[in-house]
Amino acid sequence: MVEPRLVLLVSAVLFGLGVAGVLLRRGAITILMGIELMLNAANLAFIVFARQLGHAEAQVYVFFVMTLAAAEAAVGLAIVIALFRLRETTDVDDVHLLRW
Amino acid sequence: MLEAVWLVPILPLAAAAVNGAVGRRLPKRAVSWIACGSVLASLVVATGATLELSELPAEARHFASRALGTWLSLGSVVEGRGPVEIAWEFALDPLSAVMALVVCGVGFLIHVYSVGYMAHEEGYSRFFAYMNLFMAMMLTLALADNLLVMFVGWEGVGLCSYLLIGFFYDRPFDERTGMSCADAGRKAFIVNRVGDLAFVIGILYLLATFGTLRFREVAEAVAHAPTGSDGLLVAIGLLLFAGACGKSAQIPLHVWLPDAMAGPTPVSALIHAATMVTAGVYMVTRMSGLYVRAPEAMAVVAAVGAATALFAAVMGTCATDVKKVLAYSTVSQLGYMFAGAGVGAFVAAIFHLMTHAFFKALLFLGAGSVIHGLGGEQDIRSMGGLRRKLPVTYGTFLVATLAIAGVFPFAGFFSKDEILAGAWAAGRRGLYLALLAGAGLTAFYMTRLLYLVFHGGFRGSDAKWAHAHEAPPVMTVPLVVLAALSAVGGFVGLPAFLTLGRDLDTFHRWLAPAVASAGGAHEGHGAGGAHGGGLEWLLAGAALGVGLAGIALAVRVYRESGLAERIAERAGTLYRMARNLFWVDELYEAAIVRPFYALSRLSGACDRYVVDGLVNGTGVAADVTGNLVKLFQTGYVRNYALLFLLGVAAILVYLVNA
Repeated sequence: MVEPRLVLLVSAVLFGLGVAGVLLRRGAITILMGIELMLNAANLAFIVFARQLGHAEAQVYVFFVMTLAAAEAAVGLAIVIALFRLRETTDVDDVHLLRW
Repeated sequence: MLEAVWLVPILPLAAAAVNGAVGRRLPKRAVSWIACGSVLASLVVATGATLELSELPAEARHFASRALGTWLSLGSVVEGRGPVEIAWEFALDPLSAVMALVVCGVGFLIHVYSVGYMAHEEGYSRFFAYMNLFMAMMLTLALADNLLVMFVGWEGVGLCSYLLIGFFYDRPFDERTGMSCADAGRKAFIVNRVGDLAFVIGILYLLATFGTLRFREVAEAVAHAPTGSDGLLVAIGLLLFAGACGKSAQIPLHVWLPDAMAGPTPVSALIHAATMVTAGVYMVTRMSGLYVRAPEAMAVVAAVGAATALFAAVMGTCATDVKKVLAYSTVSQLGYMFAGAGVGAFVAAIFHLMTHAFFKALLFLGAGSVIHGLGGEQDIRSMGGLRRKLPVTYGTFLVATLAIAGVFPFAGFFSKDEILAGAWAAGRRGLYLALLAGAGLTAFYMTRLLYLVFHGGFRGSDAKWAHAHEAPPVMTVPLVVLAALSAVGGFVGLPAFLTLGRDLDTFHRWLAPAVASAGGAHEGHGAGGAHGGGLEWLLAGAALGVGLAGIALAVRVYRESGLAERIAERAGTLYRMARNLFWVDELYEAAIVRPFYALSRLSGACDRYVVDGLVNGTGVAADVTGNLVKLFQTGYVRNYALLFLLGVAAILVYLVNA
């Protein structure tokens, strides 16, 4: 039996890594990976609490989040490909057309 | 013909519509025929109708023509009276018949004259369209059976007056004030608005009090009004008179008429001498039933009339523009009419209105003939000796001068003498003396005008003298007809004392049923019995003597060259006052125009800076806010993500603490 507190700590670290990836990296793909990390950190937290409290709903949420992550990855990668075709770059700092 | 009386105003209206719509594409000859023909047709109908009216018994002489539709249905205005319906209705009675005949008759002659006078001017058809429209409106005013339809005519003639004063809208008019003809038209229109506002209030007051605007019903209601309502009647009378002051150029609203001379001369003759400006006198006489119940209002009418008669005559002695002399003379003569009406001699006022229409139209047309012959010269200082070049004009002008000066047996003698006698009989000695002095001045300035224009040596250039020529017959024939009318027109109102007591005064007998008589029946010397015959001879003699003295003085002063200037120099202040028209225009400028401009500028500034400031301020505020907030829109994803994160964290903190 693993200590739930430890697992939550792992989840928090994963989330922090995800946030850092999104905020600090400029490559679009890395940012998407950061988002995946955050989502999975959330999943981990869900599982821990589900087990600890003996509720099944949280496990259902996990499936939803996984589906969402798959859809998000598909749409996100499509945008990145479209962006690359248009601009030949995946650097998000080069894409600020909607700025004032 | 009586049935067709509604056609009288409609015919010129139709002609105005035709000339206004397609006149520019018609040959001048066709335009002239349409314009003059319609007025002649109106004259024929009006004459026929009047003849038929005269066959009725005196009390029954009121024919209400069929109404041309209802205008307003107001419901019940006054308790205890039925609903008020105001219709487009015309009526012929002795008073409106006189007015309609004068308007049609003089109007027709002036239309014919205009064919010659305007022959070389631009806008020929426009001129006649306006003139016809004026005739239609003036006849509406004269024949209206209720005050509101009269008001339509009243405003209509005001509009035509404005249009015709500004007819040469692109020409300058007065060098002293830098006024253009269009400005003169506007001035006339605006000054008239002042009086008209009071007039409208008077009409509404009348409607609210008596629940009717039909003249006959008003007269009846006023006659039976309870004794306590005198103050109300005075108020209504004064309000209506204020309207008359504007239209008939009485002090203090007289300032527009001299400037109205910017219009073509036939316009001055028709509108600003013979017809429109007398509308005020006509209206007061129409409402005579009300005025005899309001003696205070009548006293004001008489005082304003007499003051105007005297002051305008003084101004007339100093004017140097031939038309302006005549304009002041018109103002002064209108003052006589009001003075007559104010002392209860309503018939005398209408009598003078008629004779004045004859001789003043003649004077203006004669002046027009001179101006035409000299190629546009209007300054009498550059005229002189023209009787050799324009004999017909001179002869007719002489007749008119004698008529206005009140020399027996010309028309003006009878009517003016009747007003003077009326003032004497009413016991208003001061008024009488003012009017008598005015009569002397009238004779003086008219003789001065005649002398400076037609006698002595020519003071203009030789080229002008060579060019000077008599007008064509189309212009001189109306002059001769009007001269004949000015000479014998007075005989319709022969006073009894001149006919050894026999009643030959057709004019009084004709008008008597249509006009109320004042309490003491001061109908001039028409009644004759109130005082001895000797007094009447004396009054007539005094009027005639003053007139002749004025003529003699003018001849004496202007025959000797330089004498007039020396007198003007000696008179000093008085001369300067009269020359500058007693600074009334300047007074208005300082007291009304400038404060009004200041107020306008103030409210303009208020609009620009306060109202616009608020509106623009809203825009500026949105702009500034937008400029500040847009700084958050960096376009860098990571900034958005960071803010997103912070937001989520903030919500989380809040939820956890809650």
